[in-house]
Amino acid sequence: MGPALSAEVRKLFSTRMWWIIALVMVAYLAFIALVLAASLAFATTSEGPRGAPLVPGGSGAAATVYSLTNPIGYVFPLLMGSMLFTAEFRHKTITGSLLVEPRRSVLLGAKLVAGLVLGLVYGVLAVATVVLAAAPVLGIWGDGAYLTSSQTLSVLGWTVVVFAAWSAIGVAFGGFVTNQVAAIVVIVGFTQFVEPIARAVGSLVDSLAPVAQFLPGAAADAVLGTSALTSFAGGSGADLLPRWGGLLVLLAYVAVFAALARWVTLRRDVA
Amino acid sequence: MASRGIVVDGLTKRFGSVTAVDDLGFEVAAGRVTGFLGPNGSGKTTTLRMLLGLVEPTAGTATFDGTRYVDLPRPAQHVGSALEASSFHPGRTGLGHLRTLAPQVGVDDARCHEVLELVGLSEAAGRRVLGYSMGMRQRLGLATALLGDPDVIVLDEPANGLDPQGIVWLRALLRGFAERGRTVLVSSHVLAEVQSTVDDVVIIAGGRLVHASSLAGLEDLAERLVVVRSPTPERVEAEAARHGWSVSTDGASTLVRGATGPQVGSALFSAGVELHQLTDRSVELEEVFLRLTSPEPAPGQGAAMGEVA
Repeated sequence: MGPALSAEVRKLFSTRMWWIIALVMVAYLAFIALVLAASLAFATTSEGPRGAPLVPGGSGAAATVYSLTNPIGYVFPLLMGSMLFTAEFRHKTITGSLLVEPRRSVLLGAKLVAGLVLGLVYGVLAVATVVLAAAPVLGIWGDGAYLTSSQTLSVLGWTVVVFAAWSAIGVAFGGFVTNQVAAIVVIVGFTQFVEPIARAVGSLVDSLAPVAQFLPGAAADAVLGTSALTSFAGGSGADLLPRWGGLLVLLAYVAVFAALARWVTLRRDVA
Repeated sequence: MASRGIVVDGLTKRFGSVTAVDDLGFEVAAGRVTGFLGPNGSGKTTTLRMLLGLVEPTAGTATFDGTRYVDLPRPAQHVGSALEASSFHPGRTGLGHLRTLAPQVGVDDARCHEVLELVGLSEAAGRRVLGYSMGMRQRLGLATALLGDPDVIVLDEPANGLDPQGIVWLRALLRGFAERGRTVLVSSHVLAEVQSTVDDVVIIAGGRLVHASSLAGLEDLAERLVVVRSPTPERVEAEAARHGWSVSTDGASTLVRGATGPQVGSALFSAGVELHQLTDRSVELEEVFLRLTSPEPAPGQGAAMGEVA
């Protein structure tokens, strides 16, 4: 497993893709974090018709902005993770990879671990980005940056864990759907369109709420313990699973896609 | 060096109703270069992929000294292979490509540089494969195959895209391996490409074995024809008859079949026959290869094709 993991890490960092996607992620997160932090910072002075704040303030505002990494950022580790597999099939390097290591389970295992490493790197980058972009705005114009509050530290720490999980889900999914274009279309379509709608419906229709909890994005929010999405949808996180439940759901996604990858896709001939 | 031969036995692969490889059996000896020949679509690549554990055979086995490729520990140290010149990530450098494989091959960076040097790619080591020519990709593929310093080398169409100098260089390299006791299996769809490199030939067509022998064995299948011009054709015919060679005439020349140019020349010289021309027109090996691998005639065309076959 050691040599296989070493090979996967080398594959990952020997092309430009990993830092191009990281760069896009950082730019995107920085922009959204800045805009959201500014709008929350300046909105806290206004109140709704009955004197209740319409938007989160104080440490809630800070946690909301810092947890942006999840709904906005998670597509990046997911995409990059999937490319650990799809790039090999696209460029036919899978042939060479299986020639030096014919045991396909070892290949899959090494890629999953490399995916976790990738997710940790992206997670640290994402956390650093939202903090650097949002904290000054919240601190100067808002209710404070709350950088040392336990809620903030918890969100930031768990973000890194969640990113590692997203990346591993991406690896396993890419091992199942090895066509790069198909994998990208499904990932972008699901994360940007299907899941947000499904969660919105789940938050409106009570009978669907228990189902919506098990969507991967909802599970990831459960791990973070807060959600940029639910803070605006009027929720308080009540629709979410407990943290351990969220973690288990994310791991279940990894396990299911990894099993499909191993027993459906990787069983096939490589021609 | 303890080298391993390759044994292919009853190897069969069906894709749905199509039988790509049909009960194929042959052996590849150590210390020799074996050409694995067949037209495009004859099942060469599928056979090599089964040999290397990438494609699961429907039936049969392919083993290296009795062990399947997938059961070899650190297989790249025993069997080095290059299957397609296009299977590189275009955004990776030549060195970067080798380094992604090195941990599992079990070699260090120094060895990566060494094989790049060996195939003449040292200068291009830091350039992305995107900018490599077809010939450079072939060389990088060869470097990949050699990375683990293997006893057995399997190359699919290695001469494709190489310039004439490259082919000469490849020939010397492969001959060198065979002379050191290693096993070399090289596929090609053009006999002429490997004719001066190989010791043995395995020829397949339509997924079946049609011929396996030494190169000399293949040459024996070639028809020998010598064209002679002489002011005394009747004396040429008499000499040929004495040696048991068949003769015919095309008007100006006498055609002698069943002998080589030197044999005919020597016989006529000893007999003191005056010659104006002597040309060895033996059928090229390529024609033998084409004849062996041409599709079998359909039942209705038997009469028309019969003379050729």
